[in-house]
Order: sequence, then structure tokens, then C-alpha cells
Amino acid sequence: MSEVVNKNLSEIIELIKKKEIKSEELTNLYIDRANKSKKLNSYITTCFEYTTQKAKEFDKKPNFNSLLPGVPLAVKDLFCTNGFKTTAGSKMLENFVPKYESTVTENLWKEGAILLGKLNCDEYAMGSSNETSYFGNVINPIARDTVPGGSSGGSASALAADLTPATIGTDTGGSIRQPASFTGTVGLKPTYGLCSRWGIVAFASSLDQAGPMTKSVKDCSIMLEAMAGFDKKDSTSIDKKKENYSKNLKTNIKGIKIGIPKEYRVEKMPKEIDELWNKGKSILKDLGADIVDISLPHTKYALPTYYIVAPAEASSNLARYDGVKYGYRSSRGNDLIEMYENTRSEGFGDEVKRRILIGTYVLSSGYYDAYYLKAQKVRQLIKKDFDENFGKVDAILTPSTPSSAFKIGEKTDNPISMYLNDIFTVPVNLAGLPAISIPAGLDKKGYPLGLQLIGKTLDEQNILNVAYAFEKNCNFKNEIKNWWL
Amino acid sequence: MSIDKDKIKHISKLARISLDSKKSDSLAKDLSSIFKFIEQLNELNTDKVEPLSSIINSPLRSREDKIDDGKIRDKILENSPKKNEEFFVVPKVIE
Repeated sequence: MSEVVNKNLSEIIELIKKKEIKSEELTNLYIDRANKSKKLNSYITTCFEYTTQKAKEFDKKPNFNSLLPGVPLAVKDLFCTNGFKTTAGSKMLENFVPKYESTVTENLWKEGAILLGKLNCDEYAMGSSNETSYFGNVINPIARDTVPGGSSGGSASALAADLTPATIGTDTGGSIRQPASFTGTVGLKPTYGLCSRWGIVAFASSLDQAGPMTKSVKDCSIMLEAMAGFDKKDSTSIDKKKENYSKNLKTNIKGIKIGIPKEYRVEKMPKEIDELWNKGKSILKDLGADIVDISLPHTKYALPTYYIVAPAEASSNLARYDGVKYGYRSSRGNDLIEMYENTRSEGFGDEVKRRILIGTYVLSSGYYDAYYLKAQKVRQLIKKDFDENFGKVDAILTPSTPSSAFKIGEKTDNPISMYLNDIFTVPVNLAGLPAISIPAGLDKKGYPLGLQLIGKTLDEQNILNVAYAFEKNCNFKNEIKNWWL
Repeated sequence: MSIDKDKIKHISKLARISLDSKKSDSLAKDLSSIFKFIEQLNELNTDKVEPLSSIINSPLRSREDKIDDGKIRDKILENSPKKNEEFFVVPKVIE
């Protein structure tokens, strides 16, 4: 029975529906595997007793008509879970127990899923390698000493290591798609506003989106269907009817126009990535898609724009951590101001401090126009690039990342080299568009590489269809050897 | 722009984060290189461009002006690092 954990979410749902496995048995398999996989450090908190109890309750009164019937799921520790610690990977929230549930996780539980635990992530989702977490590095099951990407690194690692049949992450500049690419899994960042941000620890509010991370495109469509939906508690939530992404999934992509932006062929990009991109193009062409060369001229300005907008919003969002109402409080300081300053100095890690200071500076008196306003203007140009091209093409194909997974410690000394990881993913967040990363091949070392499909606003179904057709014809196989067991 | 230690001191004061001298040095170095990277944006002429602050086109929804405290005062207080009955406690502010 142990091979059940290797299966995709959609297969597991079938097993449950056909009563070939009970929720409790399934839950025990994942708990057992998690207990043997502590080396990966994917989890920050587990709640296995709760999971087992809920699974037993499901088995007594099963409802097979829901999307995720009795399926145990672990989620990124950025989603508030009522009664279970939510740390955001920070010392600041080490002992924070929310008294409410995030809308997105609530939606999953309503569809029958059961919480297994909370997965490691970069502190406040600020990082691209999961090395900024207060709770330690996460290991990529692909190879020892290799990062899983970030910030949803624990999610990607747990998924690739078969510790959860599917998971969810958040993506502010690539935090779902980059770790998905590094672990050979599927990750989708939805259109801004499709999934509610309510109850998610905030990083940069105009960019943050929650999304699914799965082992297959079909699984991704099921999870997205379960998560998405209008929520009046999020003022930027889009009020629209729920879509049946999984039911409407199809492989016929004849006549679909796929744009190839020349600006994504960046300097020093490994040859392997270029070859992978060409392979992607030819697979889609063989399936009847039209390949169209396009130009997104402001691409190179996306990353500098992001490093103004995201820290500015973060510095404002993180102002709430003052040691008064919840979270860590320093015992040092003679007055209120000193208490604030010491709390924030001791409670935040280096990367978070760096970004708060960047954000504070670009918003400070005398510099606002030169930095923040300038960035908002360039953001307009970046969005315009996409708008103009989406008249000509239905989706855009690019590499997901400029490299495969790197070694722990390789990029921690140089923030810019770390930031460059998100060069292909950041423009999508600035424009609020949906994008999916799908595994497409392995490099010389046997590490997975992903390709990214970018869609029009609210055109998730279309990129899921193209990804589905691609997946069926790509024959990607992840080479995970269970070395940690 | 290069960011020196004095500037770091000023920003960290605004951000309410205390920093020792060593940390200020390394942050000054990091932020200088980050701002050099950011300043690529100055190559672009954006005089006639409207700033984009949100990708949601419609105005933000407002709700009815009705108080709903959720009746979870005691639960919220449970997460406070220091409290006294129904109050958050902070270091003395007024002499």
C-alpha cells in the first residue's frame, strides 16, 4: 500500500471514491512517511492527531461528492489556520495561534480536505531558496544539500517527497512557480484577485496571490477549483462565478497562438534552458499551436521595479509587528519606542530587515517620486507590454527560472544574485496575470527544469489546457531516489 | 546611489528597528548594491506615463458602516505577549 503516496491527487481521489482506501488509512501513510522524512525539514508544525481524528470522522460519514473527499493536505505556513500555529517562517510569529481561518484553506476544508500540518517557507515569504526561514533550511528531495526554491520551499519539498498529495503556496514574485520548477512539480499563480488573500500573512498586497502546487496539471485544476472564489472579506477579490477547471480540461490546442518573447533570452542563460525552451516550442507546434515571436520590451525593468514595489508594500504591512497585540516581544528596552525597536530587531531576520529598510527608504520624504512613483510608472509599461501582445497571442511560453536548483549557501552572500532567480516570474505578478510552471525536462545533473505559460487575465482554463496537452506529450519523469529515508 | 551608515541609521529609526554597528555596515553595503540595481529604471523616460497602483480596475468595494467586532475579544487577547484583564499592556508612556 505504500506506493499510494506516489500517486497523483486525482488518482487518490478515485481510490477514496471507489472505497479502495479509507481516509484514515491514507492519512496514516502520509503521517508515517512524514515521520521518516524529518531530514528534509519540510514541516514547521504537524497536527497528526487532529488529522487522524478528522479522517475517522470522514470515514464514518463520507461525502464523496466534494472535490477533495477525505484527502489529507499540508499547506504553506503563511495561511492562518484556526487553532494551529502560523509562523510565516519567522521568530516574530513563533508562537502565534490564529483564532480564525484563511478563506483559501477554509475553502479546501469545505471540499473535504483535512489539514496535515504547516509547511516551511522563507520568512514572511521573502526569499527564493527557503534559506531565510527561522526554522531552518529545507532540503530539495532531488538531491542532498540542494535548495527547494522559495518562498514556498517547504510546500515544494513536501509535495515532491510525497509527504502530501497536493499543497498550496503563495506567489508574490515567483514563490510558487520557482520552487515548482526546482522540484519537478506543477505550480500555478492565479490572476490577482481570483483567490482570496484574507487570512494570509501579508507580504506585498498588490502582488500576493495564493495558488496550487501539484504533481500533475489535472491535480492543479482540481485544487484551483477548490481554492478560488469571491470573498467579500478581501476588497480586491474578483466577483465572478466559480469555474469547473477540472471538468473543462481538454487537450485539443489546435490553432492556439503561443507567443515567444525574445527578451526572455537573457545573458548567461545556460544552454540547457534555451534547449528546453525550444523543446517546449516544438511540442506545442506539433500539437497544432501557432508559434509567434513577440516582444515585451520592458522585461529587464521588471525586477528593479519589483524591488521597489514589493519592499514598499512589505514595510507598510510589517509595521503591525510591534510586540503589543500578538507575536514576539523583546524583554529589553526602557520605554515603548525602545521596546518596539528591540522587538523588531530581534524578531525579524536579515532578509526581512533588508526589505523593510528598502521599503522605508523608497517611501520616505523626498524619495517617493524618484523611486516609488517611478516604479509605479514602469509597472504600467510592463503591463502594457502584455496587454498589447495579448491581442496577438493566447498565451506566452517562457522558461520558469534561469537555472535549476542550486546548492544551499551558494547565493546567500549576494542578495542581487538571489533576486535574479525570479527574473522570469516577477513580470507576471506586476501585471496581475495567471501563469503556470510545468516540469519539462532534466538538466545534466538530473535536476528538473520548468517552463512557464502566461495567460490573459482570468484565462486560467486556457493555460491549464495548454499545460495539460504539453504534459501528455512531454513525458517528463522526476528522478527522486528516496535517499533520505 | 550609495547608502552610507548615517542613512541606514535614519531609515532604521523610521522603521523602528534597532541595529548595531556591524549590522549597519553590512546593510549599508547590501542596500548600496540593491539601489544601484534599482536605478536602472532611470534609463526610462516615464514623463507621460500614468502610475499603476493596482491592477484591479474597478474601485475598491466598501461595506456598510456597521460595527462588527466578531465577539472574539478574549480570543484575540490570548495572543498578546502581555495583558491585564481586557487590556494590552505596554511599557509606561506617561510619567
